[in-house]
Amino acid sequence: MITLDTRAARFSGEAPTLERHVVRLSTNALRPRSLRKREAYLMGDGPVPEGFAWYVRVGSSVEGAEGDGHLPLIQLPSDFRYLADGDILRVFPAKSLVRAIFRKGASINSFLLTERCNNLCLMCSQPPRNVDDGWIVDEILETLAHIDFDVPEIMFSGGEPTLLGDRLFELVQASKSFLPRTSLHILSNGRSFADAEFARKLARIAHPDLMVGVPLYSDLAHIHDYVVQADGAYDETVRGILNLKQEGVPAEVRVVLHKQTVPRLANLAEFLARNLLFVDHVALMGLEMTGFTKANLADLWIDPADYADELRKAVGILDRARINTSIYNTQLCIIDRSIWRFAKRSISDWKQEFMSECEGCTVRSECGGFFSSAGLRYSAHIRPVAKIECVS
Amino acid sequence: MSKFQALKSYKSSLASGYRLLPFRFTQLHGDEYVLSNLIGEFVILDRAIIGQFAQGKLDPGGAAYEELKAKHFLIDDDSNVAVDLLALKLRTKLAPLANFTALHLFVTTLRCDHSCPYCQVSRANDDLREFDMSEDTALKAIALAFRSPSPVLKFEFQGGESLLNLSLIRFIVDEVERRNLEERRELQFVIATNLALLDDEAIEFARQHNVLISTSLDGPEDLHNRNRPRPGRDSYARTIKGIGRVRKELGRDRVGALMTTTAASLERGREIIDEYITQGFHGIFLRPLSPYGFAVKTKSYQSYGQEKWLKFYFEGLDYIIDLNLQGYPFTEYYASIILRKMLTPFQPGYVDLQSPSGIGVAAIVYNYDGDVYASDESRMLAEMGDKTFCIGNVHRDSYEDIFLNDRLLEALESSFAASAPMCSWCAFEPYCGADPIFHHTTQSSMVGKKPLSAFCNRNMAIFKGLIERLRRPEVKEIFERWAYS
Repeated sequence: MITLDTRAARFSGEAPTLERHVVRLSTNALRPRSLRKREAYLMGDGPVPEGFAWYVRVGSSVEGAEGDGHLPLIQLPSDFRYLADGDILRVFPAKSLVRAIFRKGASINSFLLTERCNNLCLMCSQPPRNVDDGWIVDEILETLAHIDFDVPEIMFSGGEPTLLGDRLFELVQASKSFLPRTSLHILSNGRSFADAEFARKLARIAHPDLMVGVPLYSDLAHIHDYVVQADGAYDETVRGILNLKQEGVPAEVRVVLHKQTVPRLANLAEFLARNLLFVDHVALMGLEMTGFTKANLADLWIDPADYADELRKAVGILDRARINTSIYNTQLCIIDRSIWRFAKRSISDWKQEFMSECEGCTVRSECGGFFSSAGLRYSAHIRPVAKIECVS
Repeated sequence: MSKFQALKSYKSSLASGYRLLPFRFTQLHGDEYVLSNLIGEFVILDRAIIGQFAQGKLDPGGAAYEELKAKHFLIDDDSNVAVDLLALKLRTKLAPLANFTALHLFVTTLRCDHSCPYCQVSRANDDLREFDMSEDTALKAIALAFRSPSPVLKFEFQGGESLLNLSLIRFIVDEVERRNLEERRELQFVIATNLALLDDEAIEFARQHNVLISTSLDGPEDLHNRNRPRPGRDSYARTIKGIGRVRKELGRDRVGALMTTTAASLERGREIIDEYITQGFHGIFLRPLSPYGFAVKTKSYQSYGQEKWLKFYFEGLDYIIDLNLQGYPFTEYYASIILRKMLTPFQPGYVDLQSPSGIGVAAIVYNYDGDVYASDESRMLAEMGDKTFCIGNVHRDSYEDIFLNDRLLEALESSFAASAPMCSWCAFEPYCGADPIFHHTTQSSMVGKKPLSAFCNRNMAIFKGLIERLRRPEVKEIFERWAYS
């Protein structure tokens, strides 16, 4: 787990502004002077170049660096040692806030577009808030313009990004314009795309590498509607997937595995094979112990070892139907070895951890590991895998 | 947490009642029935449950309700997206019709070096050139083939023994490829040959033009040679040698084989399958004998009954299932076609199991003399003296004359299974086909009386047999693989 956020940033010197804004970090002392005035210099051991908007010092106290005391300095806790050239920070001097909103070295950078949502999923990891957070869009638009060209993938999540309406399309267009070689993954409940015109608007942007990830929790409407706590959501979500694919937008089905979704998992797999065979990917995802999950734990928790058989069956059905399938957020020792090849190391590096039971495990480097939140509850069947036997 | 509602508050169907979507049912055995919907999703239910379902009295909390709902037999106040999904699946099943004729069979010669008693087309002494297709006939047939709107055009060369007229095949392939510089269709070429005459020239030709080889292999050596006599009694040796050559020089997937079932085959299913495995095939098509051509004249067709054939089929199928369960992937292709209809959204392009029938609209035959037949069986029937399904001649008739021929249209329309008596209410209609030529041949009716139809009886038995076997989870996995392959 790494720290992205701090309320304990120390600002000193002559700040260019006290308002919330984004700055790109540079470690290049020879950065063109014309760019320095809108970037932050990440200080190392060498001499301090002139002309940057901010100077960032991580960890050790700042002897000497302050110079005449005018240098606009941000001092961050040593947790932020991972910061590197090309990373982007949100800084809010008036409130001592700093957040790393983009890390060039991360496998995926996720942007929360809004905290608002029209679902209220039992296991939501990002409980929605009905707030006016339109400023986030402006910030991301600015951030996209500062991201280096060669980043492999970014993600738009929420909340429900489509509630932004046309502003979402503005963001997708910006992603295409500024980062044409970067994959864009949008996490949406899909309901807004039940309006074919809305799907068409997204398609018209013609983003070269876009995927919309849509959750579908059951082959039966009422179970899905219960999980997402929204009556009628199922039909809208299914129609949304149909409209996206009709318009040529790649779509992925995401299924969170818990007590409500596991009993009909094989039925759901058959439903997908029969009705939505054209989806581009199906992700079967372990439960994250954050947000609403904690409140609804009794209705959600099932030891993954107890659904290993359902998972194996569902993956088999999807795979035989030639649907591209992955298992996320799970540990290899509690799934059937025949489906190991579908398990991806999907937990973001800053959330991934291992347990004491994992000591001595030989497949740890291939294992997805645990969310850092898993301490609350995880499988009672975690054990080190001694060695990989030859599987014929 | 009061902001979260309980499961039952999302189940409006508890009070709303439900509406039926189109479905049909057919007895499996005893009180068990198969119900199928518009596009062939099926459930097995007891007679009493079906009664409750049809009367609107099915318990919305029960397992049968949930299965019927998930498989699109009903809609209720919780969800009606089933209607959209059914429409989409039906469009997917019917979409290939719009492509019209993709398979164009050219009878390049009737001459053959074999004299198989079951041969379903006439053969002639192999030095009589009047049974060869002329270049002029070929050119006119090619012009008709390119009138098809299909984005894929498959040209298959048949005989007789097609390699006896390799020069014409070469002429046709060159001409088709030349025209395709502008047409831009996806082309496939297949030579159907017994391989006895495969030589360096034929191999090199097949390599240059990416031609697939389709051959005949009836089983072990003694059975094959008995079924397929030729001078020297060496048909088997030559075929096996040819298969090996094609595999080695063109690629292991460049040769396919078909078997013909005869009375002598019926006790030897396992040996035939073993022969296919020995020869490196990963599947076999366990075919019934068709009632055309020499088969009828020589009484071969009557010489074994439907019961015997079904026994042969299911013994073979179960043997193949066991092979798969023991870890050797091997497919029975007739089952795989039907399973694709049962288990997937797709519609396989197999002429004998299509409705509307595939005659003319999926495949068409250009005979050596320029006559155009609605199917291979139509040509065989004509050799028996019945030219009902000869729908034109390339020298005399236009594309429109041929494909709008009344006999063709009438055969297609009258035999359409979804409106044919007994078929229209059969639960297996989504898996079955219309076979107007078979019924014309055996019952002098395009539609046929289905209780008397060997086509119907045979396929009904196979549909039921496959559904029974699908109940075993480990067999279902194998069948899913076949269906999607």
